[in-house]
Formats: sequence, structure tokens, C-alpha cells
Amino acid sequence: MKPFVYERATDVSSAVAAVAGRPDASFLAGGSNLVDLMKMEVVKPELLVDIRHLISHTIEELPGGGLRIGAGVSNNELAADRRVRRRYPMVSQAVLAGASFQLRNLATVGGNFLQRTRCPYFRDVSMPCNKREPGTACSALEGHQRDMAILGASESCVAMHPSDMGVAMAALDAVIRTVGPDGERTIPVNELYRSPADGPERDTVLKHGELITAVDLPDVPVAATSRYRKVRDRASYAFALVSVAAALRVRGGAVREVRIALGGVAHKPWRARTAERHLIGRPATEANFRAAAEAELAAAEPLKGNAFKVPLARNTIVSMLRTLAEEA
Amino acid sequence: MERKITLRVDGKERTLTVDTRTTLLDALRERLGVTSAKKGCDHGQCGACTVMVDGLRVNSCLTLAVAREGAEVVTADGLAEGDELHPVQRSFISHDAFQCGYCTPGQIISAVAMMREAEEGWPSVVSEDLDADEFPLSREEIAERMSGNLCRCAAYVNIVEAIEEVARS
Repeated sequence: MKPFVYERATDVSSAVAAVAGRPDASFLAGGSNLVDLMKMEVVKPELLVDIRHLISHTIEELPGGGLRIGAGVSNNELAADRRVRRRYPMVSQAVLAGASFQLRNLATVGGNFLQRTRCPYFRDVSMPCNKREPGTACSALEGHQRDMAILGASESCVAMHPSDMGVAMAALDAVIRTVGPDGERTIPVNELYRSPADGPERDTVLKHGELITAVDLPDVPVAATSRYRKVRDRASYAFALVSVAAALRVRGGAVREVRIALGGVAHKPWRARTAERHLIGRPATEANFRAAAEAELAAAEPLKGNAFKVPLARNTIVSMLRTLAEEA
Repeated sequence: MERKITLRVDGKERTLTVDTRTTLLDALRERLGVTSAKKGCDHGQCGACTVMVDGLRVNSCLTLAVAREGAEVVTADGLAEGDELHPVQRSFISHDAFQCGYCTPGQIISAVAMMREAEEGWPSVVSEDLDADEFPLSREEIAERMSGNLCRCAAYVNIVEAIEEVARS
């Protein structure tokens, strides 16, 4: 690990100013991803500004229904919250499907959005990687491809975003709240991540020094019966090959409301809007679920080593919608 | 870059000066001589370094010591009351829940913390009813809740039995 100065910030605005003022500075919250990347010298901040104790650790009711989750809430606290379990079960299930209990005690909600890809080439400083060192190469194009993206990737980077929580948040149209050098703003989760085609070295639209302070879950009644399903190489404590967060409302045999997001398939939690559009108003049948999944995945561009993800994603979407339709 | 920090480790207050790069795990092992927390992968993938910090189990290899100023740290070393081993420690012995023993302190502290989490009403991903008030520790629940602790000797069957016995009593 490279030497760095550690500072415990005393208020949000001075923390933002401290990081914004130095390109080599970084916020530290739970540290579960950052400290690991620093050990491998994948990232080498010279100043760490600790904001873990500063950012909100509470979950509050929003006036119009919905919940405001402080960025400092731990992953386990989020999953265990009674209101989240009742009103947004897919959020609890997604969080609990990720990492281990130990890691979820460390990891914060804000940090979960900003965790970096687990692409083995990004994490190996001896290999070329456009995300780590722009302009080198993407080693995955001729390498290990099992965990790579099948949607929205580019020649310059095929890495996938590893968050489970973010997938449920994308399905819910959650909105991130930030404080940056230019003040406060809100960013829909579905607009947080940049396309790798625009330069994979920056994962998100956040400016340097911009701090996530909270995420708002809107009031989404259909989410009360939502689910998250994760397919992975081992039964627990593994990243997703494919995951699906979904909610479905059926009336008179037809789909009235549907939300679907996919994990493990792209550089971001992938909101499956094509599949959703395909289903609205149509009979809630197996054939239509399949057609919707296929419509979404028509845009997939798998690599040789991860072509299996296309049928895996299709089947997981179909089985999830079938489960939700049976429960409706 | 050095910083002076104070930690409470297994009930004793310890003050030390650390390089800011020092993880809590290295501070415990290399600086304070508390070697019950083990270094396995050093990347948060194996759980051998698990300790409780302010009552919650965490991977001490991914936590900077400087960021834990004032924290209460409990390792497997601090669980016994005098010569009286913790029930989970006794159960691990009577169920032969280890082979080489390297992962054992992490397994034990994780199990103790896990039972508290279940008592607090924290669900897991295998909990049938997420909205339940209680989550009885079935074998499936124990296996899921302990999945952050790997055992390369694969003593899992006996580890689950050892924990199950304490959880039932």
C-alpha cells in the first residue's frame, strides 16, 4: 500500500472541500472495497478523508411515502430494517444475497453503489486494463470472460458492476442525493453510471469530491411483493452470474405494472425497460414472459466465454415472473 | 504517516502509534500480540480475520486501524471468562469442529456474533418469511450466516453441528 494521510472530517462541507481540492484524495466510509484496492495498489490515494461517522446512519420516512436511506447505513442495517423488509423485500433480499455478514457490517449503502468491478484484470496491476490505466487494453477480450458483461459493454471495457443492492434500487427508480463542490443535487440510480464507451476509467457521473449522502426509495406499492433472485457459482458469498429484481401486478389476467432489473450482465444495474414495455397490458403468460425476456436480450453482445449468460438471464427472468404471477 | 490510536481489545485499553496503512488485523497481530485473529487471504474473502468491533463482526483485514479510534474490539481470545471457555468454544471442541484450527478463532467469533444478529431479528437470504419476528437457526440458516468464514479442511459439517447445539440451548 502507498503511504497516505488520514483525516477524520468534522463536517460534510469541509470533507467535500478536502477531497475536491486534491485529485489524489478519496473519501473513506466502510472501506471494504477501497482498502482492498489500496492493498493491491489498484488505487493509490494520498489523502483519505474518513466520512463514515459523518454521513447519516438512519432510515427516515419521506413525506409522500417512500424512505430516505442515509448513505452511512450499513448493508445489514438496510436489509434488516422492518420497513424495507415489508415495503421493498427485493432490496432486503438483494443486499442479503451479496457478500458475507461480516462484509455487510462494514459496507455502507453509499459505498455499495460505488464499489468497483471485480474484473480480475482490473484487480491485477500487472495486466493491461482500460479502466485502471486508460489507453492500455482490455485484457478480458482475449481472456477470462465468465463474469463479464453481455449488455452495454464496449471494445474498451467489458467489466460488470457487482452490486446486488443497486439492481433492486434500479428497479425501484431510487434517487441518489449528493453534496459536491457545486452544492447538492439528485441523480436517479438509473443515470448514475457512465457507459464504458465514454471512457471506462470513470464509473459514474459523480464529480471528484462529490459525496453520496442518501438514497431515496420512492413509494412503489407493487414493490411489497417484489423479489430478487441471484444465480451464482456457489450457493452463498459469490458475485452474480445473473440476477433479477422484479415486481409484478396482474389484474384480469393481464400485466398492469411490472419492474425488472438485471444484475451481473452490464457495467451497471440494468433496468430491463424493453421487457417491461413488452409486457404492459399483455396477458401474464409464460409465452409472453419469454418473449419479453428475449426482446430485452436481443441487444446482448456476449463474448465467447459468457454466451451462456444470455439463456441464463432469459430463464431467470421467466422463472421470476412466473413466481410473481403465481403469488399475485 | 503515523497516528496515535487507542483501542479497547478484549477488555484492555491499548494505546499505540501506527502507520496509517496498518489494518486492524495487523495492529492486533503485529503490534499488540493478539494473534487469535488470523491472516488468511487478507482480502476479505476468507473470514479468518473476523473480530467484533463495537459489537459487530467485521473483516479486520479490510479495516484501517486509524479509522477505529476508540473502538471496542473482541477477538476469540477475549470470549472466555477466566478459565471458563465460551459455550461456542466448548461446543467446537466437543464436536471436533476443526482440523488444522487456523480458521477456528474467526469461525468462533463469527458464530457468537451471528447468534446475536439472529436474536436481534436480522434475516438472512435463506429466511423463508422476511417479515418474521424471529429467525430460528436451522442448519440452512447457520450455513448461510456463516458463509463468510471458509474452512479449507472442510470441517463444515461439525462446525454447523457445534453452532446448532449452542443455538438450541
